[in-house]
Amino acid sequence: MSDETGTGAPAVRVRNLVVGFGPGGDADPVLNGISFEVAPGECLAIVGESGSGKSVTARSLLGLAGENARVSADELSLAGSDVRGLTEQHWRRRRGRDVGLVLQDALVSLDPLRPVGREIADSLRLHTDLGAAARHARVLELLDRVGLPDAATEVRKRAGELSGGQRQRALIAAAIALDPPLLIADEPTTALDVTVQAQILELLASLKRAGTGILLISHDLAVVGRIADRIAVLHEGRIVEQGPAHEMLTRPDHPVTRQMLAAIPVDKPRGLRLSVRAAAPVSPSRSSPALTSPGLASPGPAGRDAPRHTVLEAVGLVKRFTRPGGAEQLAVDGVSFRLARGTTLGIVGESGSGKTTTARLALALTRPDAGEVRLLGQAFSAASAKQRRLLRPGLGAVYQDALSSFDPRLSVEQVLRDAVGGGAGRTGRGGASVSTADRRRVLQLLDAVGLSQGLLGRRPRSLSGGQRQRVSIARALASEPQILICDEPVSSLDVTVQAQVLDLLDELQRDRGLSLLFISHDLGVIQHVSDQVAVMRGGRIVEAGDAARVFAAPEHPYTQDLLGAVPRIGF
Amino acid sequence: MAEVGRGTRVFRGALARLGGALFVLWMVATLTFFAIRLIPGDPAEAILGGPGSQTSPEALAAVRAEYGLDQPVLVQYLAQLARLATGDLGRSYSLNQDVAPLLIGQLGGTLLLAVLALGVAWLLALGLATWSTRGGRVAWSVGSGLEIVAAALPHFWLATALIVLFSVWLGWLPPISTPGVAGLVLPVLTLAVPLAGFLGQIMRESLLTALESPFVLSARARGESERGVRWVHSIRHAALPAISLSGWAFGSLISGAVVVETIFARPGLGRTLLNAVTVRDVPVVVGAVLIVAVGYILMTLLTDLAQRIADPRLRTR
Repeated sequence: MSDETGTGAPAVRVRNLVVGFGPGGDADPVLNGISFEVAPGECLAIVGESGSGKSVTARSLLGLAGENARVSADELSLAGSDVRGLTEQHWRRRRGRDVGLVLQDALVSLDPLRPVGREIADSLRLHTDLGAAARHARVLELLDRVGLPDAATEVRKRAGELSGGQRQRALIAAAIALDPPLLIADEPTTALDVTVQAQILELLASLKRAGTGILLISHDLAVVGRIADRIAVLHEGRIVEQGPAHEMLTRPDHPVTRQMLAAIPVDKPRGLRLSVRAAAPVSPSRSSPALTSPGLASPGPAGRDAPRHTVLEAVGLVKRFTRPGGAEQLAVDGVSFRLARGTTLGIVGESGSGKTTTARLALALTRPDAGEVRLLGQAFSAASAKQRRLLRPGLGAVYQDALSSFDPRLSVEQVLRDAVGGGAGRTGRGGASVSTADRRRVLQLLDAVGLSQGLLGRRPRSLSGGQRQRVSIARALASEPQILICDEPVSSLDVTVQAQVLDLLDELQRDRGLSLLFISHDLGVIQHVSDQVAVMRGGRIVEAGDAARVFAAPEHPYTQDLLGAVPRIGF
Repeated sequence: MAEVGRGTRVFRGALARLGGALFVLWMVATLTFFAIRLIPGDPAEAILGGPGSQTSPEALAAVRAEYGLDQPVLVQYLAQLARLATGDLGRSYSLNQDVAPLLIGQLGGTLLLAVLALGVAWLLALGLATWSTRGGRVAWSVGSGLEIVAAALPHFWLATALIVLFSVWLGWLPPISTPGVAGLVLPVLTLAVPLAGFLGQIMRESLLTALESPFVLSARARGESERGVRWVHSIRHAALPAISLSGWAFGSLISGAVVVETIFARPGLGRTLLNAVTVRDVPVVVGAVLIVAVGYILMTLLTDLAQRIADPRLRTR
């Protein structure tokens, strides 16, 4: 408390920050001389892809870069005082008081075994002399401030008992317990539904208005556009461009920034490429005209306007689950849809709306309590197990978490060969009995999803998120399906990688005449990919129709709310 | 949408557990009854003093009739179940004494041994896990190595080694179990060290997971100290899997007690059981095994309760 906190001092000022890890850290630093500052009441957004050094930046400002990290800077000050070379003990006094941290997913960022009230009170216990009663009173105040009105009961709940938005608010309450002049928010809304995301961003904006400096870290320019005053784009450990948010979003100079802007799917018409073709080398030089105007891709083959057959049809699907307490819940309540050949049906809804159950019903992995799924005009959900197996090759599935959908011990080649063989007769480890035809198919699949042969021997864990999702698309294509069911296929990807995967799906659809059932919580993505769209809420489809119509003139109030909450660029 | 009341649910759960426990006891009684009959030899001879004793055919016949051994096996089995159901464990063949009071008299010593060993194992494991996650790579490898070696030690070898070290060379502790604390040290250590190896491995792994989790990063970002991070946030996460393992561990301690009580000449259930098996004293064997099974069931119940206390997430289910 003896440190002088100059009133006019920036919440944080960093000049030439270099962070490296391990013995070779100096030669190849993760952060290579970045400089920025955040004034009180200002929000600076640091935007970059995963691996760009965003999170290391956040941790370095807390003295938590790690034991084997080497951190050096010409200046590194919090609330006007130098924090370079602080001992661990001195750092502890700063953390929570001069700077607060909010991480991505509050479910794992709050101790799952402790009530949230205790977690919030921790900051007060560590930094103040307040007694237990006074701490409790302050915790209630804080919860009220972050918009959890029923604070008296919420404090006793644990993270797992709160909804995603509630626990993110609780996590923010813990970070602002001591009114730190700087709040670092590292992807604070990435795991949240759009409407909740909008609320959390509004909460951060209100903290900003009350004078807190906010350092917002994200991969998504559209999200930060809502509250950032200034934006810095981080690429490979360097800030490649930094400036007022308005300028950065409307007149970006640097190719990396343009690429990120182009990748945002919302308000981009169907068929417009979001990603830069091939991996264009990104040089730090200014402006590269090749990237500025992604043109409209040519409309698909003639098939698009031909009379459309229904390939997948759901009629009055109902699915109930029994909760652990014994209560019944209607997960899916009378859902009907039709997927026409060569088109995309987007199903959008927030978590708990019944999207994933619908996907499982459509794949006949779950038996409906009522209603029926018909595949290519034949009974599917109502067919015998044997009959369903015969029909299954007509359907491919792509899931959100590609990593956990692979056997971690199999290589990419084994995963694909397994799929090419139709799952029958696992090839396992022995590579001797591989037929050349299978091998050729595997190479074709890899080529179709834009992966090089060099990845064949790799295990899923050593692939990047985008590569993994490409492998899982290749696997889904192995049986030459006519229909691809994608359940949140891009939700765990960075915006730029998401753009590449969406472009890939679009290309595959045009080349192969695939029909897509595309499920997502992200309205922007759904808008970009869908011909037809269905909006789900509480197990029901509340609005369905032509995508252009639904997005231009939504009829249902819920659709209107959802659309209003989508972060988009535009001032 | 019939919401089942909380009381009803708890009651149903308790009923299911009780049923499960009775089923386990029945299976244990059955298996023991038939298993002991697979040992070659005549039980009537065992009753009259073992295979070496000179017994007249008349005496053998009289004993067979008295103990019902001339009946078909199935009749003997049912008769024994009926006796057990009323709580009568029967009369020992070799010791000429009622089984129930005999075993209950021996129970205390074995329980004391097992409970102490479990406690000591927990302390050792916790100490090793905390130390080895703190000191970097070398400590990690040393801790991991120690745990694997400890977990692999057989009881009879460890007991002998401890006796040689502490009794023969150093002369600090008695080589056989004497009444009092000094006599307990070596038997308890013999049981505790291998168990500590198992528990330590599990605790270290889960402690590390907790220490690397985002909620610990959040706590550090609030200014929590290293000690706070460990004792307030991580230790419970580390303890959870070890608690659930403790029910199993208790069972293995009882079987370990058979060896340890024999080596250290310590009175207890384990040694009584071993003697009874040697002389084919069926009622004592069945009784001892049943008592161990009851103990095992109770311990599993205790473990579940302890888990509910340590992990509040289980309570709301």
